[in-house]
Amino acid sequence: MNTDADHPRLSAHFRMQWEEAQQAWVLLYPEGMVKLNASAAEILKRCDGSRDVPALVAELERTFEATGLEAEVRAFLDMARQQRWVADT
Amino acid sequence: MTATDRPGPPLWLLAELTYRCPLHCAFCYNPVDFARTRAEDELDTEGWLRVLNEARALGSVQCGFSGGEPLVRDDLEILVAEAHRLGYYTNLLTSGVGLTEDRAEALKAAGLDHIQLSFQDTTKELNDFLSHTRTFDLKQQVAGRIKRNGWPMVMNCVIHRLNIDHIGQIIDMAVELGAEYLELANSQYYAWAKLNRDQLLPSREQLERAERITNEYRAKLGDKIRIFFVVPDYYENRPKKCMNGWGNVFLTVTPDGTALPCHTAKMLPGLSFPNVREMGVGEIWYDSEGFNRYRGDGWMSDTCKACPEKEKDLGGCRCQAFMLAGDPAATDPVCDKSPQHQVVLDAVARAQLPGAGTAAPLLFRDPKASRRLAP
Ligand code: SF4
Ligand code: SF4
Repeated sequence: MNTDADHPRLSAHFRMQWEEAQQAWVLLYPEGMVKLNASAAEILKRCDGSRDVPALVAELERTFEATGLEAEVRAFLDMARQQRWVADT
Repeated sequence: MTATDRPGPPLWLLAELTYRCPLHCAFCYNPVDFARTRAEDELDTEGWLRVLNEARALGSVQCGFSGGEPLVRDDLEILVAEAHRLGYYTNLLTSGVGLTEDRAEALKAAGLDHIQLSFQDTTKELNDFLSHTRTFDLKQQVAGRIKRNGWPMVMNCVIHRLNIDHIGQIIDMAVELGAEYLELANSQYYAWAKLNRDQLLPSREQLERAERITNEYRAKLGDKIRIFFVVPDYYENRPKKCMNGWGNVFLTVTPDGTALPCHTAKMLPGLSFPNVREMGVGEIWYDSEGFNRYRGDGWMSDTCKACPEKEKDLGGCRCQAFMLAGDPAATDPVCDKSPQHQVVLDAVARAQLPGAGTAAPLLFRDPKASRRLAP
């Protein structure tokens, strides 16, 4: 569903922050919270509208010295769009 | 409680700033004896600031400001600003009465993240609302202020026997006001709503019709608005996992500073709840008798203790067990395994009778009625 022209960006009404007490990144929104696992947090941190999906994948692969992350990233982004955590610009 | 099942932090802090409110909802969730808390008994600004700081240090992250009508407090902006500074996600639960242009801007500047705008006051306001008069104008103004300040438009309407047949009009109005989220939550039968239960509990036919219409609107409106519909638990055969578990994630502080695991828990007999004036929030959460009493499953009735589903609902709601079975440790009578389940079935059966709910007039929440009922 997402094309490479999309630049994923965290939706306006969501806020991501590090929570010391939970030792985790969380996503906050009206009357709710999701605790993010480490990889979800690394992807979402980079959803600032400045890069498209291939660039996002490349950056993650560079940072974590890994390869083959694309499928996982795309699956996560599909879910995140469905949940409206992420929109495309 | 052993050290290993020490609960996590109180992620959710609900600050009930005041019981004062210009409205008179017949389903009001404030305690029936709310008038015993006078304005001078309310926690002052310093007191609330301390609560915000202590709870945040424990790990609270969602903060709701409610009441009563929280806008009645003229220090709301100060409290929101501090909550924001501390890193909370801040929610204001309001009827919109008192949300002037100036206050909306001040709250925005203070860092308020979200406003939940409620439709209240059962009959009168609803009628006004449906007929586009005074209240609708007020809501429209408030909705405009919410939008202009960039907050998400989240609306809540308590549903009950007297308004459920207007569900389609309610959704239309919400769309017209630009709501992005609409919660159509059936009244829960506590406090004032419990007194008015026979008048408020819809019939099965009403419920099914309302759900069907809601689904039709969902299909028609698509992504434009998200609609949540919550049925009354009296129509279920399993109870809700109340507050997501007693003393598990929710911490409520009432206007006079009493700390509770949920906003109705004060009704429970034989339990004392600490006050934030006398005890720190950490000690309250981890060590007080009131918060520990219904944690884990040691307190459960034999019915629940032996039940394979006990992790799912933790035996339901302690207040409902007390109200309907006379024992806060009983199985929530909503559950069809409860020996007292018949009480719920009887109330539901009464709701199906023609002319149900008309035997007595609605009792509206107001200080006079409160003093009369709980002198
Ligand atoms: S339910 Fe109605 S009367 Fe009760 S506090 Fe809310 S707005 Fe006021
Ligand atoms: S018996 Fe108790 S634990 Fe089992 S489903 Fe009913 S309320 Fe829940």
